[in-house]
Amino acid sequence: MTSYRFAVSVMPKAGILDPQGRAVEGSLGQLGLHGVRDVRVGRHVELSVEASSEAAARAVVERLSGALLANPLIEAWSVEMLDPGVAPVAVAAAE
Amino acid sequence: MKAGIVVFPGSNCDRDALHAARLAGMEAELLWHEDPGLHGSELVILPGGFAYGDYLRAGALARFSPVMRAIEDHAERGGLVLGICNGFQVLAEAGLVPGALLRNTSLRFEHRWVRLSVERHDTPFTAAVPAGATLRLPIAHGEGCYFLPEPELDALHARGGILFRYADPEGNPNGSARDIAGVLNQRGNVCGLMPHPERASEAVLGSDDGLLLFRSLLESAAAHASGVAA
Repeated sequence: MTSYRFAVSVMPKAGILDPQGRAVEGSLGQLGLHGVRDVRVGRHVELSVEASSEAAARAVVERLSGALLANPLIEAWSVEMLDPGVAPVAVAAAE
Repeated sequence: MKAGIVVFPGSNCDRDALHAARLAGMEAELLWHEDPGLHGSELVILPGGFAYGDYLRAGALARFSPVMRAIEDHAERGGLVLGICNGFQVLAEAGLVPGALLRNTSLRFEHRWVRLSVERHDTPFTAAVPAGATLRLPIAHGEGCYFLPEPELDALHARGGILFRYADPEGNPNGSARDIAGVLNQRGNVCGLMPHPERASEAVLGSDDGLLLFRSLLESAAAHASGVAA
């Protein structure tokens, strides 16, 4: 068995109103930034799967993405395999 | 009639629902979410709250509690299920009622009294509501914006699946499609709604309109029982 690490990106489907994205976009003017449009806010999940092959691991991730991480009625997801040498995204230390 | 009120970690309207069910004349008890049995409940109520802290999406994790398998079987057999607020979100995540509940378009937690129109009176949930009456019930939710793709909304409407609508002149409080506040499944035995009937079960609370839903369920169970006996 090998450990495979994946990143799953979950986004509101096109056409689904995303009030979070709209709120973020609405505050960009306060930063003095202009010309930024179509802000959408989603979710990023990283996880490791023990499996006999990459295909088997990917199948597990697809299944749990559709059944739990995303609600297929309102959200779309994409799965990306991460370099096994890459550690989970570290939280930047607050200064 | 025996009612079981499910307690998830984070439920906070379970005792209110228990009180309202008993006030209406039901025998009622709490059901722990890790217990896969319904203990003879004829009506299962999924109460309001923040099951599993609403992590991931409201209702998404509660859906996998052991009790949910029993509730799915109960619904499959035609048993009555009522999901209130967070309970509605759990039912939607589990696919027991159609649709999804999105973040309120205001991005705020909305809590206020609302007027509801009752679209059908021939259901076990609304049979005791007088024709033409509107219900005054409170809402308290951050994710109550009902969503279903347009063609499916047409189909839902056509089959009589829309049971409650927000009817205040200033519009609906959360951005719900077609002012939908509550829906029925295809078979008509599972209902989810965002407003809280259990919090409007005595005049001292500001309204006792919510008790009409509990009375409806009690009366329809009695009618069903006498029908079976006959």
